[in-house]
Amino acid sequence: MIETITQENFKEKVLEADGPVLVELWAPWCVYCRRLSPALDRLAVKLEGKIAVGKINVDEQPELERELDASTIPALYLYQQGAHGEKLVAPSSQAQVEEWIADQVADAGI
Amino acid sequence: MEKRYDVVVVGGGPAGYSAALYCVRAGLSVLVLEMLSAGGQMATTSQVDNYPGFDSGVDGFELAEKMQAGAERFGAVSEFAEVTGMELGGQPKVIHTTDGTVEARAVVLAMGASPRKMGLPGEAELVGRGVAYCAACDGMYYKGKVVAVAGGGNSAAADALTLSKLCKKVYLIHRRDSLRADPVYLEPLKQAGNLEFVWNTQIDALLHGEKLTGLALTDRVTGEHSTMSCDGLFVAIGRDPNTALVQDQVELDDQGYLIADETTRTSVPGVFAAGDVRTKPLRQIVTAAADGAVASKFVTEYLREH
Repeated sequence: MIETITQENFKEKVLEADGPVLVELWAPWCVYCRRLSPALDRLAVKLEGKIAVGKINVDEQPELERELDASTIPALYLYQQGAHGEKLVAPSSQAQVEEWIADQVADAGI
Repeated sequence: MEKRYDVVVVGGGPAGYSAALYCVRAGLSVLVLEMLSAGGQMATTSQVDNYPGFDSGVDGFELAEKMQAGAERFGAVSEFAEVTGMELGGQPKVIHTTDGTVEARAVVLAMGASPRKMGLPGEAELVGRGVAYCAACDGMYYKGKVVAVAGGGNSAAADALTLSKLCKKVYLIHRRDSLRADPVYLEPLKQAGNLEFVWNTQIDALLHGEKLTGLALTDRVTGEHSTMSCDGLFVAIGRDPNTALVQDQVELDDQGYLIADETTRTSVPGVFAAGDVRTKPLRQIVTAAADGAVASKFVTEYLREH
């Protein structure tokens, strides 16, 4: 299941989450975000129980948009213990996302 | 992943799913390998007005999903994995993916094309920090700012028009003294009060700190050098076929397209090319879909003998 992340639940669902959280910054007008969306749905199923998946609609969350660099979307961040590593912008394949996750989370099982 | 299919289609755009639909309806087992999601370039076009049958246009992403569902309805299988290598010369043909290896009696190559890069130093690092390839995707971030568009074809004209509605100022920079774009784009471009054509001009360098700050330019007629300040550069200088994976096995033309005539047969028996990836005079959704259908006829013919 993909969680909707907002300013209100960002701390609880992302920063203070027990396990890793994959967060996507997206917007309804962003056509590449739509192309990525089915791949994220599949990943959310694949990663269930290991990595939580959430989405931030930058049009509805201007504070989060300012806090996180959203100059190009879709942008993916992987949070662990309240911090994230290098973001991934507009990946061209699902495999690229999986590799980027596997580089950061050894036991992601992908 | 299932290990053997009659036909493996590489690429899930309109050519790929059309090939899959026709092949599966001809009684063949078909796997479509797609690395992200259905539709390819078409899926990033929110308003498609030149695919017949839709009197108010159609959203390219939705059309892609329908093409996928249409092929799957008859038994075509989609796998979302990236192809990492192919052995096309023998029989069966072997395709290596990030999700395992699969064998096919015939292969339809339908990998499409991607926006061409400028090839300038710093370009890759500046993507998302001033350099962009899709006005419909990233234009909103340049609202009220100054941007340049590089190119002179339909994509450049459409991007410039989109951006002129959002940005304070748009420069359309072209290497020649007129656009190749269809006349339908020209009048609205001329009407846009904040759009300026910069003719006969080549972009030499991207000026930047953390983000893009401007461009170094050369006037191709006078040879004069200049700089332009801008917050964004939208690159729309054409497309490159996605053929790197097969370049050593299948004959390509000098631009990298798979050489295949209207039969879609490539230089390798049992390997077919459909859609934008093939040498052809017009690259459109409708011609890509047509290629897929034609490919199925010659796939079927090939499989009768092999």
